[in-house]
Amino acid sequence: MERRALFRRGRLSRPAYPNVNGLPVTPRIASLLFDGFAYGMLLFVLSVGLSVTLGMMNFVNLAHGSFAMIGGYTTVTLMRSWDWPFFATLPVAFLMAAAMAVVLERIVYRRLYGASDLDQALLTIGIVFMSIASAAYIFGTTQQPIEMPAYIRGRVEIGDFSFGVYRIFLVCAALVITAVLVLGLDYTRFGARIRAAVDNQRMARGLGINVDWIFAVTFAIGSGLAGLGGALAIEVVGLDPNFALKYLVFMLIVVAVGGMASIRGAFITAAMLGIIDMFSKYYVPEVGAFVLYAVMVGLLVWRPAGLFARR
Amino acid sequence: MSETAIPSSIQAAPASPAATPVDPSSFLRDKVRWRWFETVFWLATLLPFFVAETYLILASQIAITALFAVSLDLIVGYSGLVSLGHAVFFGFGAYIAGLLSKYGWGEPLTGLLVATAGATVLGYLISFIIARITHFALIMVTLGLCLLMFELANKAHWLTGGDDGLQGMSMWPIFGIFDFDLYGYTAYAYSLIGLFLSFLVIRRIINSPFGLSLRGMRENVRRMPAIGASIKRRIQVIYTISAGFAGLAGGLLAQTTQFVALDALSFQRSAETLVMLILGGAGQLYGGIIGAMLFLVARDQLAGMNPQFWYFWLGLLLVVVIVFLPNGILGSLAKLTSRSRRKP
Amino acid sequence: MSISSSPTLASGTSAAPGVAGPIVLETRDLQKKFGSLVVAKDISIAVPQGGRYALIGPNGAGKTTLINLITGMLKPDSGAIFLNGQDITQMAPATRVKRGLVRTFQINTLFPTLTALEAVTLAVCERRGEAGVWWRSLPGYGEAIAEAYDILSSLNLAADCERPTRELAYGQQRLLEIALALATKPSVLLLDEPAAGVPRSESAELFTAIAGLSKEITILFIEHDMNVVFRFASRIIVMVNGSILVEGAPAEISADPRVREVYLGSGYHD
Repeated sequence: MERRALFRRGRLSRPAYPNVNGLPVTPRIASLLFDGFAYGMLLFVLSVGLSVTLGMMNFVNLAHGSFAMIGGYTTVTLMRSWDWPFFATLPVAFLMAAAMAVVLERIVYRRLYGASDLDQALLTIGIVFMSIASAAYIFGTTQQPIEMPAYIRGRVEIGDFSFGVYRIFLVCAALVITAVLVLGLDYTRFGARIRAAVDNQRMARGLGINVDWIFAVTFAIGSGLAGLGGALAIEVVGLDPNFALKYLVFMLIVVAVGGMASIRGAFITAAMLGIIDMFSKYYVPEVGAFVLYAVMVGLLVWRPAGLFARR
Repeated sequence: MSETAIPSSIQAAPASPAATPVDPSSFLRDKVRWRWFETVFWLATLLPFFVAETYLILASQIAITALFAVSLDLIVGYSGLVSLGHAVFFGFGAYIAGLLSKYGWGEPLTGLLVATAGATVLGYLISFIIARITHFALIMVTLGLCLLMFELANKAHWLTGGDDGLQGMSMWPIFGIFDFDLYGYTAYAYSLIGLFLSFLVIRRIINSPFGLSLRGMRENVRRMPAIGASIKRRIQVIYTISAGFAGLAGGLLAQTTQFVALDALSFQRSAETLVMLILGGAGQLYGGIIGAMLFLVARDQLAGMNPQFWYFWLGLLLVVVIVFLPNGILGSLAKLTSRSRRKP
Repeated sequence: MSISSSPTLASGTSAAPGVAGPIVLETRDLQKKFGSLVVAKDISIAVPQGGRYALIGPNGAGKTTLINLITGMLKPDSGAIFLNGQDITQMAPATRVKRGLVRTFQINTLFPTLTALEAVTLAVCERRGEAGVWWRSLPGYGEAIAEAYDILSSLNLAADCERPTRELAYGQQRLLEIALALATKPSVLLLDEPAAGVPRSESAELFTAIAGLSKEITILFIEHDMNVVFRFASRIIVMVNGSILVEGAPAEISADPRVREVYLGSGYHD
């Protein structure tokens, strides 16, 4: 049934380890660790925006995955139809997702800032449905393969260890983004305003900070990062209309367990999530995502505000 | 110091009996009494037997889904909780009923009872978690539990049939007489009675002091401890009751279709039921029923439609309803009628 | 005149001459801070039965915080709270209410879509332990409803009891706040700025209602309007920056230069 296929919560296809099966244990573990960490970095880029906006405005935006999808499809379109080089599409992916976020926020989201969690969740679920259907209509339901430039497709050999170049790039990109975010938050005036708005919205307003504008910009940046993540994800996990829902759960886990508005929490949780997922898929594939969900539920019951919550 | 003359109408002492004694209970009685259009509605549910016989199977699906939606309304519409994973109980009840039948016990009524009991127990256990968390954590936990159960059922295909669904059920006739026929007469009668009886119980719960305290919880959770209410216990009770009814609906589904699909436990089902509830109007007693009717009839009529279109329009509908009709169809109707009633 | 800032009193003795009755509400050395912000420091009060105590102080002095601490909505870092001689420091807020310690809120904390009658009936049912019953219909609880109606009548809300709370006038909503508190049959009533936001012309009604409350109920109220304070309070506690500055009879307080400096301003005339 096509409809079912549209929503089947499929799994990341088992990564191909070209030489791992023949290698002794340590390099295999190192490979898994590194790949898991890289996957986690991807999740971080996808989720960090959600973490900050949820922590700032308490707005439950389940459509965050849709913004990622927009970025991904932007890259696909630019590369396929206009022959753009991959790296050139990345800023555009960021901007498209950010622009979409601004539009949605102005038109729809701001009407529901005071609404209940349920209303916000359902509204954004409606938007996810619409985005998935649109993507399926425009691009079809199959995966969208793209051709990466040759220099990024290979592997790097260091002794017994072998690492994918693209994954190295992912890790570096994520670390750069993290640095920019952390430095920006801690050392710029805008960053200070963001932190104020997160800590105490009413007081920030009272101090003359234009919280609405701050939020709009932060939301745009966060969604833009999701778009960037979506573009980066194509090579690692593929892109199909299901992406918005499939990876939404992971993003939500990163935010819920990491703690809202905590970049550090999102970073650590995303890394852990990526590594755990990679290891469990390799060593205990029959268990599936069950353990992941069980651990998440357990952690949330123990620490409802997240492991690294600010308050 | 300003001294204001105290008007004689304002007294601190209890008011002396007025000329026409007022019975305040009558105000509240007015709210809970059975209305004429309710009778009309329930009589109309008998129509499919006579008029639209080809739709009996659909009608039975609607009745079952309506019951599930109303059970969800208890916690979402009346208590103000969030649950993105209520299908856990629906599916659990379905699988219990299904497994009972598959392994030899095909008696419907007792099977239904066991399914309901099982879902109730599960609801009771989970309610301990639910009562202790709020907001985003609550959303994530309810979602997580649903996904967790789904994965569990998926992997345990030696028990549940996994993706292929639970097959091999065979139901004995109800009371030994009423066979589950292919046309759906028995199925619809069975589901309808299940819905109606459950509805009566739920209606009583909503109109009880407990129901009032649930609404209080929904309206202002901060105020409740300040009047001496223990919200944790209330949440646990209503969650357990709601789970029971959801399980009952699930059991009905399994027994009337003699099949349990994996999607009975899915997030999709939870989300769709939420949509139905919001569409009809949460906290409006009949909201879940109306929403289920509209949703399922529409889906049936548009079955030939490209599934992408369906999800697009569904998403759009959801957005429109939440932004413009936050109280759903019934809620907006109620607002209109109360406004016109108040015009002098 | 010696003003003690932290009276140490054992339960069973009176707090001030002329006011009879055992101590019903007592706090001992309550401390609370948020990070480096001290919101309560060495708070010790003792309110006798029937007392009409006013809690005054500039904004941010910690008055509402004190009420939050006493009712259990906030946990103190250290210190103890006693109700009728019993240590309630570890008790849950709802349990304190059941023991007779009730508060109203400065900002209306009501049930918007419930009618006034439903709201007060709910409070009455909670008190009577009937609110857990899901198998009997609400109109069957005539006694509870009648009691709710009586409370509303005594506050002049009976005529509008059928209207949803959010449709009531602001002054009526403040009265409903008190009605909800009365429904729980409090022995100690903490009123947080009962007339907040109510225009002068309507607040008289409110305070007459409060004045008419039984002498057996002990009242501690936060208030900014000095006219009201001097009219209703038998004793005044002044808080500044999380500490009690001084406590005494109205005449003492109005004459105290420290209080004048901090709060009343030099232009006040009795």
